Amino acid sequence: MTEFVYFYRGYELPASPEEMQKKTAKWMTWLKDLSDKGLVKSLGEPLQPDGKVVKGTKKQVIDGPYAEAKDVVGGYSIIVARDIEQAVEFSLGCPIFEDGGSVEVRPIGQLELSDGY
Amino acid sequence: MDIEEHFFRHEFGRIVATLTRLFGVRNFALAEDVAQDAFCRAMETWKLRGLPKNPSAWLMAIAKNRALDILRRERTARVSEPELTRFLESEWTLVPTIEEAFSTYAVKDSQLRMMFSCCHPRLSEEAQIALILHILCGFSVKEIAQAFVSSHAAIEKRITRAKKILAESAKLFDLADADFPSRLSSVLQALYLLFNEGYHGSSPEAAVRMELCQEAMLLMNLLIEQPALVTPQSYALAALMYLNAARLPTRLNGSGNLVSFFEQDRSLWNHNLIAEGQALLNLSASGTELTKYHIEAAIASMHTSTARTEDTDWKQIVSLYDMLMAIHPSPVIALNRAIAIAQLDGPERGLQEIRVIHDLHRLSSYPFYPATLGELELRRGNYPVAKAHFSTALSLARNPMERNFLQRRIDTCKESQPGS
Repeated sequence: MTEFVYFYRGYELPASPEEMQKKTAKWMTWLKDLSDKGLVKSLGEPLQPDGKVVKGTKKQVIDGPYAEAKDVVGGYSIIVARDIEQAVEFSLGCPIFEDGGSVEVRPIGQLELSDGY
Repeated sequence: MDIEEHFFRHEFGRIVATLTRLFGVRNFALAEDVAQDAFCRAMETWKLRGLPKNPSAWLMAIAKNRALDILRRERTARVSEPELTRFLESEWTLVPTIEEAFSTYAVKDSQLRMMFSCCHPRLSEEAQIALILHILCGFSVKEIAQAFVSSHAAIEKRITRAKKILAESAKLFDLADADFPSRLSSVLQALYLLFNEGYHGSSPEAAVRMELCQEAMLLMNLLIEQPALVTPQSYALAALMYLNAARLPTRLNGSGNLVSFFEQDRSLWNHNLIAEGQALLNLSASGTELTKYHIEAAIASMHTSTARTEDTDWKQIVSLYDMLMAIHPSPVIALNRAIAIAQLDGPERGLQEIRVIHDLHRLSSYPFYPATLGELELRRGNYPVAKAHFSTALSLARNPMERNFLQRRIDTCKESQPGS
């Protein structure tokens, strides 16, 4: 089994408290379902939209976010799957797609021979 | 753990009211922003990590911290509630004052003040209700527009204008003010209209919108918990709401169709609500004032205390309608009175009473006016006439439930008509 990170990117926030509640409930149901099946390593954390980027040899500090709203990472989770195909399959139920967002599925770079660490 | 129904909406109202108390009505927009921000954070965290042990405290804590930041940064510029200003100006008292503002008692008090502020005398009743739903109940403009079959733009304009008027007030309504009694009756009227909108709804989607009734009752409960605000008329309105709410479950049947009053299964009425309502009605009987709430509650109580429809004391009900017409005449009440008279003295008498209703033209777009004519003609055996009335009613119907209901009445006319 391999660990994968889901990066949740760019989506519209619901306009009313009632819609927020419905959306929150959908996410909770989706992640709880994965979690009950033992597929979640870490539920993860949300990321605040504001931040800084430090870059270049001059270590220039600039205000984030860094890209268009639709590309900003709003949070992440770590899940366990057999392979990338299965990790993608598990992501399909994520409510983010209803709101124009995306899930970036990235295998965590574990090497087969990781005994040296 | 599941989120309690409408939790976000209700907490939103509580937090906005509390923050407005701290920042001053003039800075209402800031209060809304801070609340919005707290909810975004809650949503982002909870959707991944699930609910915290005490979601309400969690939200309040975020709002509290944000309020503290803002008040530290912009101290005097922001605050305009005179009785709080001096406590918020000193670092020694700032934190305890904010803590205090977020205590259960103070939150309720802020909600009440907000309710009275929304019923500003310069605002129309429609604007007051829209504002209450938006600020205190956390409904978005879109949701209010849906509930009132109005355009988004119209409601938006109404709310924006109302907020402006609200922000011009220097402070949230002072409960000790001399104009308290006049405001109380506007507040009651707004809650009454809000409840009725839910109960008799004109929405194209649903005939009974339990949600609006529930909101009105929540606010009503807040009001009667407050000793200073309890008057016989507040009790009477609360009684009316409870007694009507008890009957809500039978207004629609299992398939979502409207059920005629005479065919409702009374065993399904909510007996706890009836008992509460009856107790409130008894409390309302002190004092000398007799309001429309008293009489309407008394009529509702006549129904809820009668187990079988055929045992209804129509004579008593007609006399209650006579009293109601004397203090608060309206064509809809006159129509209901005529229905009660038809029950007592037969359909001919009912039809006679309808013919002499003053301002009958005001009922011209009300589907239950022709529907009542149809019902009474049906009872007289005038099937073609009844059918024509129901068809008129059908053309005025405002939602699928009304349409289905009237279509079934038309079918009954067809079935009853010999030779058809």
